[in-house]
Amino acid sequence: MTITAELKGVTKIFENKTVLDDINLQIRQGETLALLGPNGSGKTTLLKILAFIENPSSGEVKFQGETVDFKNTEKMRMQSTLVFQRTILFSASVYNNIAYGLRVRKVPKNVCDEEVRNALKLVKLEGFEKRPARKLSGGEQQRVAIARALVLKTALLLLDEPTANLDPKNAAMLEEIIATINRKMKTTIVMATHNMFQAKTLPDRIALMTDGRITEVGTPTEIFGTLSKNLASFAAVDNTFNGTAKTTSAGTTLVDIGNGVQIEAAVQRQGMTSVFVNPQDIIISDSAVSSSARNVFKGRVVEIFDLGSLVKLRVDIGKPFTVQITKRSFNEMQLNLDRTVFLAFKASSVQVI
Amino acid sequence: MVDILGGIVKALQLILSGDPTLYGILYRSLFFSGIAVILATLWGTPIAMILGLRDFRGKTIVKTFFSSLIGIPTVVLGLVLFLFFSKGGLLGSLGLLYTPAAIILGEAVLVTPILISIATSAIEAVDPEIMNLSKTLGASESQASIAVLKEALNGVLLSNIASFNRAIAELGVALLVGGNIAGLTDVLTTAISRYTARGELDLAIALGILLMAIVFGINMIVIAGRKARFLLTLGRSPQ
Repeated sequence: MTITAELKGVTKIFENKTVLDDINLQIRQGETLALLGPNGSGKTTLLKILAFIENPSSGEVKFQGETVDFKNTEKMRMQSTLVFQRTILFSASVYNNIAYGLRVRKVPKNVCDEEVRNALKLVKLEGFEKRPARKLSGGEQQRVAIARALVLKTALLLLDEPTANLDPKNAAMLEEIIATINRKMKTTIVMATHNMFQAKTLPDRIALMTDGRITEVGTPTEIFGTLSKNLASFAAVDNTFNGTAKTTSAGTTLVDIGNGVQIEAAVQRQGMTSVFVNPQDIIISDSAVSSSARNVFKGRVVEIFDLGSLVKLRVDIGKPFTVQITKRSFNEMQLNLDRTVFLAFKASSVQVI
Repeated sequence: MVDILGGIVKALQLILSGDPTLYGILYRSLFFSGIAVILATLWGTPIAMILGLRDFRGKTIVKTFFSSLIGIPTVVLGLVLFLFFSKGGLLGSLGLLYTPAAIILGEAVLVTPILISIATSAIEAVDPEIMNLSKTLGASESQASIAVLKEALNGVLLSNIASFNRAIAELGVALLVGGNIAGLTDVLTTAISRYTARGELDLAIALGILLMAIVFGINMIVIAGRKARFLLTLGRSPQ
């Protein structure tokens, strides 16, 4: 097994704040590794160090067998590229965005054209070359950003929350693209995510991150199969809660996650457990509508995040729940802070980890 | 009584007939201001890059210094430069006083603050991650800086245009260090003042119309340029 990159005792301190604390991690050639952790756990900083655009405060980074000299990363940067969480595009055409890195590498124009065409095909944006990149939709822009990284065929591809700001359709498409890249091109991928569901299906291995530390590394089965002692820290991940499970007479499970909130799940489980509800699976309404949803809660909107075509809401029902809806629904419901709303989701939408 | 209407009619006749004195002054004005802006761009843009991209102690002071100098009265700057260029002055030995070179240098100095201030704001307005983006795509430090400058291109062009407007419309510097020598160092503004003082109003009005036409024309180009930006984006892509 070849190791593409290795971090030994890597620490990063920003203005007296330890963002990364003694990180030890090996990235194997050809694998997809997910960094799973809540916001602020250091995932982005770790990716920036692996992209050699951020220096570690201490520790050692090895890349393709060589120790990285962070004073001179120009050559190394050619072999590792990062796709940022917030899509950043040059104010130029799609072609010029994707060709940027190839031009830096002095790739001849005809090869460049060919590569751009192939990359656009892979991200399902064929024929988009001449379009002004910043005029595309959010999902299309993120795909351009992925294509721009792909054409470089770097030894390491780093993705920071690639689907975080996308609607479900674009997110699913992007997950498929990532899987294809890894399978067909054998690209080594490290991706940051705080989406449990994504972490469970996409990567070969998962590194759990909390407060700048890697607490556990393993396959998804290993991480999710045994109830990890570190999953407690995942309370900070959207809609992940720990609680005590009790089987009901109806064959479902009631998980008491505290503060009087009981979540009903469609699987059978007993004892300590963690549950996760995808923010997209939650329906928000003004009143308690009668439906087949087994879980209905009354709560109050405490935070609103505008994600472009989507809006993320934090609703306090005793525990804070994250709900993701389209901007259109948000406008039509005229939602605002402190509004009393009802949340509903099916027992089968509750994933028991 | 001054015959304004008659003056305007004669002025238009001068413009339409292509009067050599008139157009000589116009071309001189355009040339001096143009070279001055090029000079100011050559030394101002790197300074704007540093101010826009780097963090250092005293950066705010430097920025405040330049933005305060935008409003410097041209006569005051003209006087200071006169003292520099005159015999016994620091640059007196160069013999530049009352030459085109003195006007060009003077106007370049005059527009430097406005150029730096606008270009710096434009560079600061570029997404700070563009630098990191270019680097992660393989760019070197200098290639990444150029990528940022490209993103700020509109603002940088605007800084050039604003500088050109200031240079061509100013009077004090050209008058004091240029000397308003007919056919050598007189420009639109200084010539207007001379012909008005002499009572040759038709020439003064004609020059005034040309000056206004330039200032308006430039602004029209800026507005049209903004509209054409979309087409430019397309133009830069391959066939």
